Amino acid sequence: MINDTQWNLWEVFVQLKTGKPHEHVGSVHASDKEMALQNARDVYARRDKPVSIWVVPSDNIVATIPQDNEAFFDPADDKVYRHPLFYKIPKGVSVDIH
Amino acid sequence: MTEEQRLEEFQRKIDSGEKIEPKDWMPESYRKNLIRMISQHAHSEIVGMLPEGNWITRAPSLRRKLILLAKIQDEAGHGLYLYSAAETLGASREELLENLHTGKAKYSSIFNYPTLTWADIGAIGWLVDGAAMVNQVSLIKTSYGPYSRAMVRICKEEAFHNRQGYEIIAELCNGTPEQKQMAQDALDRWWWPAIQMFGPEDTKSTHFEESMKWKIKAESNESLRQKFINMTVPQAEARGLKIPDPNLVFYPETKTYTYGEVDWNEFFNVIQGNGPMNKQRVRARKKAHDDGKWVREAATAYAKKKSKQSAA
Repeated sequence: MINDTQWNLWEVFVQLKTGKPHEHVGSVHASDKEMALQNARDVYARRDKPVSIWVVPSDNIVATIPQDNEAFFDPADDKVYRHPLFYKIPKGVSVDIH
Repeated sequence: MTEEQRLEEFQRKIDSGEKIEPKDWMPESYRKNLIRMISQHAHSEIVGMLPEGNWITRAPSLRRKLILLAKIQDEAGHGLYLYSAAETLGASREELLENLHTGKAKYSSIFNYPTLTWADIGAIGWLVDGAAMVNQVSLIKTSYGPYSRAMVRICKEEAFHNRQGYEIIAELCNGTPEQKQMAQDALDRWWWPAIQMFGPEDTKSTHFEESMKWKIKAESNESLRQKFINMTVPQAEARGLKIPDPNLVFYPETKTYTYGEVDWNEFFNVIQGNGPMNKQRVRARKKAHDDGKWVREAATAYAKKKSKQSAA
């Protein structure tokens, strides 16, 4: 006997134009990947014709935990030498690329 | 962090206009309040398909039929955006549907009225979707990220619903005296239920204070209702229709209409299940759900069989 469910949850990412990134738009329920794509199209692409859709089973997404953000993202903040303005360039010389 | 510090940090984020995202810490009553509100909103979209579905086979032209089909499909989509937002808070789809079918969860009282004539389809787009838009545009400012994003999406699509409704009404007003009377009759029947869609004036309850403090809602029911009335009355007058409220008075200095007393007894009576169509609406929803059971089971069985084959 199969339990009556609404199937698994899939996250949907849509790319509206080539050259643009795929963007998360929401989720759909589906029994398999083909249905997930079709449902994603029917729910999230009824108007602007996108160039691509990705669907991913929601429980396959691994995410950071907001409460750990401070420690997790800390290394991004403490290396000033990663930023161009850390360096002194002698006057009269331009190293910027135009 | 202590509970108190978390709450302070949460409030600081909201006050500074940051959105709250699914995995962020949030007070339990914020979560509960949002699940209730978003799922009620989702149910309204889905049940809202029924009164309009009543006219698909009787739309007066192929153009109108195509428009109505597209609009009703949008309402299904809007329901799904909202269920998806509610699920980010930990609610399950099964549970949400169960609550609708057992009557534990509510939906907008407006959908418990019947669509008697074609003009009612115009009145729904013009008045019901108009009122919904006023509410939804304001909800873009809600503090909960997924709800706000669903509102942006819905508002973009809903503008056509409102316009096609007004077009139907305007067309009837340009027709024979009988057709114009049909438009007036629809306005007479839908006006007050549409006004009631915003709900009674907010009372100073903890519920309301939390909603405002945590920016779940951005504006009070009363101020949204006033906005809708100010916007809609001139649209009626432009087509020679009369708003069924003898107490409607325009104040040019504030550009605002005062209006008569709303019958909140009727509103609560309909919410409690005694409107003209409550039983039919829930029955139709349940029937659609039950009739679809074999499809859900078949698809699950098919997916299982296929994954076994690809594993072998």
